[in-house]
Amino acid sequence: MKSKLEQIRAKVVSQIMDCDSADKLNEIKVSILGKKGELTDLLKSMRDVQPEDRPKVGQMVNETRAEIEKLLDERKAKIEKVVREAKLKAEVIDVTLPASKSELGHRHPNSIALEEVERIFVGMGYDVVEGPEVEKDYYNFEALNIPADHPAKDEQDTFYVVNGIGAGEILLRTQTSGVQVHEMEKGKLPIRMIAPGRVFRSDEVDATHSPCFHQIEGLVIDRHITFADLKGTLAEFARALFGEETKVKFRPHHFPFTEPSAEMDVTCFKCGGKGCRFCKGSGWIEILGCGMVHPHVLEMSGIDPEEYTGFAFGVGLERIALLKYEIDDMRLLYENDIRFLRQF
Amino acid sequence: MNTALSWIKAYVPELECTDQEYCDAMTLSGTKVEGFERRDKNLEKIVVAEILSIEAHPDADKLIVCQVNIGTDTIQIVTGAHNVKVGDKVPVVLDGGKVAGGHDGGPLPEDGISIKAGKLRGVPSDGMMCSIEELGSDRNMYPEAPEEGIYILKEDAKPGEDAVALLGLHDTVFEYEITSNRVDCYSVLGIAREAAATFRKPFVPPVVKETGNGEDVHDYIKVEVKDPDLCPRYCARVCKNIKIGPSPEWMQRRLAASGIRPINNLVDITNYVMEEYGQPMHAFDLDTVAGHKIIVRRAKDGDEFQTLDGQMRKLDRDVLMICDAEKEIAIGGIMGGENSKITDHVQTVLFEAAIFNGPNIRKSAKRIGLRTDSSGKFEKGLEMHNAEDAINRACQLIEELGCGEVVSGMVDVAVPASDRKVLPFKPEKYNNLLGTKVTEAEMKEMFDRLEIETVRDEAGKTNLVIPYFRQDLNCDADIAEEVARFYGYDKIPTTLPAGEATAGKLSYDLRIRQKAEDIAEYCGFSQGMSYSFESPKVFDKLLLPADSELRQAVTISNPLGEDFSIMRTISLNGMLTSLATNYNRRNKNVRLYELGNIYLPKALPLTELPDERVQFTLGFYGEGDFYTMKGVIEEFFTSVGMKKKPVYDPKAGKPFLHPGRQALIQYEGTVLGYLGEVHPEVLDNYGIGARAYIAVLDMPNVIPFTTFDRKYEGIAKYPAVSRDISMVVPKEVLAGDIEALIEQRGGKLLESYQLFDIYEGAQIKQGFKSMAYSITFRAKDRTLEDNDVTAAMKKILHGLEQMGIELRQ
Repeated sequence: MKSKLEQIRAKVVSQIMDCDSADKLNEIKVSILGKKGELTDLLKSMRDVQPEDRPKVGQMVNETRAEIEKLLDERKAKIEKVVREAKLKAEVIDVTLPASKSELGHRHPNSIALEEVERIFVGMGYDVVEGPEVEKDYYNFEALNIPADHPAKDEQDTFYVVNGIGAGEILLRTQTSGVQVHEMEKGKLPIRMIAPGRVFRSDEVDATHSPCFHQIEGLVIDRHITFADLKGTLAEFARALFGEETKVKFRPHHFPFTEPSAEMDVTCFKCGGKGCRFCKGSGWIEILGCGMVHPHVLEMSGIDPEEYTGFAFGVGLERIALLKYEIDDMRLLYENDIRFLRQF
Repeated sequence: MNTALSWIKAYVPELECTDQEYCDAMTLSGTKVEGFERRDKNLEKIVVAEILSIEAHPDADKLIVCQVNIGTDTIQIVTGAHNVKVGDKVPVVLDGGKVAGGHDGGPLPEDGISIKAGKLRGVPSDGMMCSIEELGSDRNMYPEAPEEGIYILKEDAKPGEDAVALLGLHDTVFEYEITSNRVDCYSVLGIAREAAATFRKPFVPPVVKETGNGEDVHDYIKVEVKDPDLCPRYCARVCKNIKIGPSPEWMQRRLAASGIRPINNLVDITNYVMEEYGQPMHAFDLDTVAGHKIIVRRAKDGDEFQTLDGQMRKLDRDVLMICDAEKEIAIGGIMGGENSKITDHVQTVLFEAAIFNGPNIRKSAKRIGLRTDSSGKFEKGLEMHNAEDAINRACQLIEELGCGEVVSGMVDVAVPASDRKVLPFKPEKYNNLLGTKVTEAEMKEMFDRLEIETVRDEAGKTNLVIPYFRQDLNCDADIAEEVARFYGYDKIPTTLPAGEATAGKLSYDLRIRQKAEDIAEYCGFSQGMSYSFESPKVFDKLLLPADSELRQAVTISNPLGEDFSIMRTISLNGMLTSLATNYNRRNKNVRLYELGNIYLPKALPLTELPDERVQFTLGFYGEGDFYTMKGVIEEFFTSVGMKKKPVYDPKAGKPFLHPGRQALIQYEGTVLGYLGEVHPEVLDNYGIGARAYIAVLDMPNVIPFTTFDRKYEGIAKYPAVSRDISMVVPKEVLAGDIEALIEQRGGKLLESYQLFDIYEGAQIKQGFKSMAYSITFRAKDRTLEDNDVTAAMKKILHGLEQMGIELRQ
């Protein structure tokens, strides 16, 4: 009995060690441990063993069985490992082959620039509002201290609209500043708003002009607003938009609806202010017009200029987009060539 | 405005600064310098030389060999110019020097032209004699220069002297951008006054004395102004025994530096005073003025008039004319007439210095199509006192320069001028507006420099008396700006607004539009932008019928051209044009979207502002079809909380779309837009050679259905039961009809349904299609039993049969 067991053990061990596939290993397992397996058969023949020897023999058989099972498991793990490794080896891919992506669309550079500006001012507590593009003369000019016959009206090359008698003059707005007036007329103070939108001027289309472009108007009205606040706010804006290192310079200027008025330059973001071809050697780039809201403008919109003051500013959106993204021809913005749009 | 710095320094004699310092300081105090250019740029080592001898060149007929004295030495110069003779003083550039340009007067090279000693046809030449073109100028500005050849200097020029200085070229021309409120600064005196204040140096304007021969000008000329609203002041003076000749060199140089060509003493004086005072004047030959009378009146509609440039001009009743007793002799403030112009034989001159109504001049010049230096100045609105100062200055120059004899007195027809404005001095208010702490004393010192007088009134209050020429100072804010300018914008502190904090936000509409942008981009569409105006021909290109409401557009009265003449009433033209651009450039698979307004008039002609409606327009060609576009629309709807099923009505009636491939998009009974394949004829009209699909959503109609609110509805705990049905459906029955029926009859347990097969073809009988749906039922609170589902299915199947649909087993 003992020798039989030893014989089986030796055979099985060598079978297991030679086995190199999971299926064969299973066959071996069945042939030894299965219902009709050799070891099972051996156990069946226990009845031929003397009763007093049975525990000893039983123990021997069980030990052998445990050993074989252990060997089977080990072999199985080993074979699986080999198989997995072979599989992994077979599955090597060329990671440099092109990516398969769902092609996303691209936002217009004007919109990207606008969203940056909006994010900056919303963060400073400004609301983003809109006004009509086809506008009454009153909102575009008169309420902004540009009465009939004011030279500024000519400077802005206004498109007028054929209109009915008694409708007053209707035009395509030449500036977003009219939204200031709409906001002030609502009578809710304080005001902190920006108003982006499309404006129109009769400029022929070329690399730097378009009869249709965008501005972003800003307006703050509250008690005790000062020119220093205007400077601080716009300096903050310039740093947020063009980088922490950006410096600003305010130069006196004239706009009919602000007094005092200024133009703001920022240090050239190409050369950092040293002077280059981009900034025509000056180190500065003109970026926006601004000023303290003219008391007469406040008054016309029903705000007491003795109690409230405010500042306003206007930025050309295309100007920012062209500068920031180094676009050299404004016409590209309205052609919608997909090869242009895909770059943003 | 361009002016030489030397002219400014004539009135601010103590001004000393570099060009760059001047540029920066003036710009920061509000007189913006656009740029400046040194007139002696690239002029190096150029001295006066006296020609001692001239000999023929041994080997070249066209060259001569000159010995010249350059003060310290005698050198030899070979030249091809033939206008020089022994004894002439000429500018010579020495070895190692530079000139600005070539002798042909072409564009000046950036770095000039270097001159080196060398040999010409074997004969050494130690330098070069210069023409005016080589010195960077031309005969327009130096009329005494010969047409061709070397510039001959004045006889008293000393050999070895700086020739560039003699020509007045050590100077810098500044270009200013003057803002429209500072009418006083469209003049040399105005800018000089600002320069003096900026650099804290004394301002020394010319002292104008009233001149005259003792005769009375009223014996020479009468003036009548019939339209004082258009001509509030008319000053006239007379000069006789006029001797026409060149003006002095200093005057020529100053005019030339400002870009004004010297002509003769009379013209130059008029131009000089126009620059100096900003006041245009006109000179008439008094002998041509009939009746020695000036009448200022409006023209009559349809009048024609020949201006002194020989052109016939059409007039109307809003054009102001200067007339004599018989005829019109000038268009007031714009241009004089051929019939009264000054000739070289003039004996007696009538000077006019008037104030004309600015807006009227601007409009008249525009209508006539004649914008002159003069009209350009008048249209800004000149100040009343200026006219008198200017005309007296001109007469003084006439006398000083020996150009004629000035008749005493001035005919002055004027509406009463207003007094100088008085504003209360409010230092605290200025500081509060600026956020500064400028002291009263500092302010008063600034006002002094600006000629604003500070005066205490009887009540002990300090007032500011504004000088006449500052028409722009009218309120406290204006004064605050003066304080800011001279305190320095750069010195004003930077703070952020105090006051209650506000939470900034985008409007709801803007947030929805941003969502539309996001979804379009997720779906592969890139954002385009197109013009708001277009051509009325667009309506034909889009096959819109003649009576289409969309043809009722807002019309621009002064468009850039027909292509930009109406405000769009439909957003498709921009989209199709952009697709065509891409198609022509061979771009593949182009997907674009735009969010932009259309403008729908409520009535025409406009009685109120049009309805501006944002359109979400999508378009593509290349990969994809009708259902691709439909998918984008539904993705957008889902993203803005529109969970109900949109209804697609194939009877959209859009002439620009494929008649069998178009649908109105409806949501809860409201039409939100349409989508479809572009009609092949429209594709042809735009030159698009591929099938294209578009969708348009009218955002004002969409927005009421949108929401950002979301509610969790739980995740189903119990299993669903699905049933598949397969049908043979008459072709005209739409999937939408079947789905409507499933929804209607599915009962509460119906969870979803999905079309998983559709087929038309060989195995299906003519006029039918095969469709298969999978219908899913689920209960929230229990596992469904078979008979729950069977009941619902029975209703559905019964309904389908009533629609003429055959069920397949």
